Amino acid sequence: MSTATYKHHTISVLVVNQAGVLARVSGLFARRGYNIFSLAVAPTEDERFSRITIVVDVESATIEQVTKQLFKLIDVVKISELHPAESVERELVLATVKAAPEVRSQVLELVQIFEGKILAVGPDELTVSLDGHPDKVDDFEELVRPYGIVELQRTGRIALPKLERQAPRLRAVRGKVS
Amino acid sequence: MKLTGAQALIKSLEMESVEVVFGLPGGCILPAYDPILESSIRHILVRHEQGAGHMAEGYAHVTGRPGVAMVTSGPAATNLVTPLCDAYMDSVPMVAITGQVGTPFIGTDAFQECDTVGITRSVTKHNTLVMTAQDIPRAVKEAFHIATTGRPGPVLIDVPKDVLQNTMDWDWPDSVDLPGYKPNTRGHPKMIKDAARLILESHQPVIYAGGGILKARAAEALRELAELTGIHVVTTLIARGAFPDDHPLCLGMPGMHGNYTAVTSMQRSDLLIALGSRFDDRVTGKLDGFAPDAKIIHVDIDPAELGKVRRPDVPIVGDCRLVIEELVTAVRDLMAGGTTAPDRSEWKARISGWQEKYPLAYEPHVEGDALKPQMVLETLRDSAPDDCIVVSGVGQHQMWASQYWKFNHPYTWVNSGGLGTMGFSVPAAIGAKVGRPDKMVWAVDGDGCFQMTAQELTTASMERIPIKVAILNNSYLGMVRQWQEMFYDERYSEVYLSPDTPDYVKWAEAMGCVAFRAEHPEEVQIVIDKANEIDDRPVVIDFRTDSNEKVYPMVAPGQTNDGIVVPPFQEGHHGQGGR
Repeated sequence: MSTATYKHHTISVLVVNQAGVLARVSGLFARRGYNIFSLAVAPTEDERFSRITIVVDVESATIEQVTKQLFKLIDVVKISELHPAESVERELVLATVKAAPEVRSQVLELVQIFEGKILAVGPDELTVSLDGHPDKVDDFEELVRPYGIVELQRTGRIALPKLERQAPRLRAVRGKVS
Repeated sequence: MKLTGAQALIKSLEMESVEVVFGLPGGCILPAYDPILESSIRHILVRHEQGAGHMAEGYAHVTGRPGVAMVTSGPAATNLVTPLCDAYMDSVPMVAITGQVGTPFIGTDAFQECDTVGITRSVTKHNTLVMTAQDIPRAVKEAFHIATTGRPGPVLIDVPKDVLQNTMDWDWPDSVDLPGYKPNTRGHPKMIKDAARLILESHQPVIYAGGGILKARAAEALRELAELTGIHVVTTLIARGAFPDDHPLCLGMPGMHGNYTAVTSMQRSDLLIALGSRFDDRVTGKLDGFAPDAKIIHVDIDPAELGKVRRPDVPIVGDCRLVIEELVTAVRDLMAGGTTAPDRSEWKARISGWQEKYPLAYEPHVEGDALKPQMVLETLRDSAPDDCIVVSGVGQHQMWASQYWKFNHPYTWVNSGGLGTMGFSVPAAIGAKVGRPDKMVWAVDGDGCFQMTAQELTTASMERIPIKVAILNNSYLGMVRQWQEMFYDERYSEVYLSPDTPDYVKWAEAMGCVAFRAEHPEEVQIVIDKANEIDDRPVVIDFRTDSNEKVYPMVAPGQTNDGIVVPPFQEGHHGQGGR
């Protein structure tokens, strides 16, 4: 399934690095009926804060209500809405693919084209890693599927605003609300 | 100075000028109850933790100060969930302190353990589990700050038993450091100018005043705006009293059981000035038919309310009082510059026409029938001082109380609006009386509601909190009965309660109250006068009211407000939603 068929928004949420903060964010989505397409979370350059990158299915709610409700959480410091055209998006995938000796070279070729890495080799299987724009990861997944995917794990996308010559076009709403 | 966590907790409450805590001790919170003995803080021992929560709310409603409830872990914490949710829905400042099992036991399904922070996350403005004694003062300071600023709400602090027992170096923080919490109180100047212009351009404006007026202490500012512009004001269920009912511009309560004029003037308006209100479904009726021709100015401290239900033409994030004051200045400036409002005399005539044609009314008592609940309320109202505090439960009695009482002062009406918590009345009235001992406090309750929390009258007796309770006893879950009569073909399912089991007089007396019963119209004034004379203990009156009486007007669920139904005897000249 291609992400292109999804109407999604990527929002980058800077939160205070505190116990339970992910539960607060995900709980809010559950309670208000907003659908999360993917979610990635890790500490930032400043250890007091973590960044949660959430891809929201906009069919379930307006992005405006989602961000406003998120802002109400005391631990949410800043929210940036990242438009796909104005941001750099990356995703990592790990995949174990069927690769019997007679097709192994074809699979290897595919991995090379996508600049992936071979992490492990078994008699009939390969484990590969690959990173890039989520669309690229989608394409790889599509092309490798006919050979047989044994297991596959994607990280969910992470994103930052694209650097422009002028100031980054980051639609941030600073400050906080009650 | 070395203190135990428990001592630090109580001292922190003292630092926040807490004068009263409503609570009930138990295993995990036990350490915190020891320093209470030496504290200046009054503790009121409740009979059920839900009571503690509603008392804290009642106290907060009438004083504007945060109510504090303190209970133990597990079942006590879960008993607090309803009042927390109630406070969250109605934006009531409240701080709840719950005991928790010792830190080594967390996550082990220990005795009386529950995931309090997890359970209450979605019904609090914020909550926190304090893991070291040293963190207690900061947690308390932050809790009071969050509960009382921005859009007020409940905050819960969960404290494990060992954290209360451990020692710490006392240190009271000078300020709070919450990088993610900076409420915006000042309205945007351009938006305020736009709003002022819209107000002066409008032909049929209505001010839609909500609970935010009371939370922001903005009643005076609202009055100034209304009088300056000559615009009529509706006050929502939560905001009754925010604008005086005896003011010529007051239209009273809108909504599902609002009066005809309040509902219809909103429907026909060309500008709704929503101040601290949130377009609740009970106000709007079917949304796509709500005030179809109105532009919207929406002022709220919570940006998420703007556009949540109805998209405003002029959204203003800010504190209601500050924004209204600036709005008054902006309107004055425009007026000084020569801008005048259009002639609104036709609109005003339509409003007074509706008022004349469809006043709140009920059919008079028929000899031999049970009491008319509206008549009981009118007698109660006329016998009470003008600034009497009225606290209601949820249901028909709540609607009648809101309709028939005259609220001429802010903070004299306390009820559960958003959550609609049956049983709110008795404990909230106790909290209100503790907060304002100088005022008469009447709880107006239904028989169904009363049975949910009546045990707190024992608390009131023991603590000498002389509230008065009027039970409008129609022996039914009246509002549910009304819906079954109107929408379920009079098929009454599980709504009958019995008029005399329990015997409310005996029950009240058993709890240390004075109690009366009134069954005939001529008894009503007599028992009310007797009740009003008693000021040293709680009083309960069992009013036997007519179970057939329904709340009118009514907008049926799923209908637009144009479909407002007036009482049958007014139907002859039904005005089709004021068209």
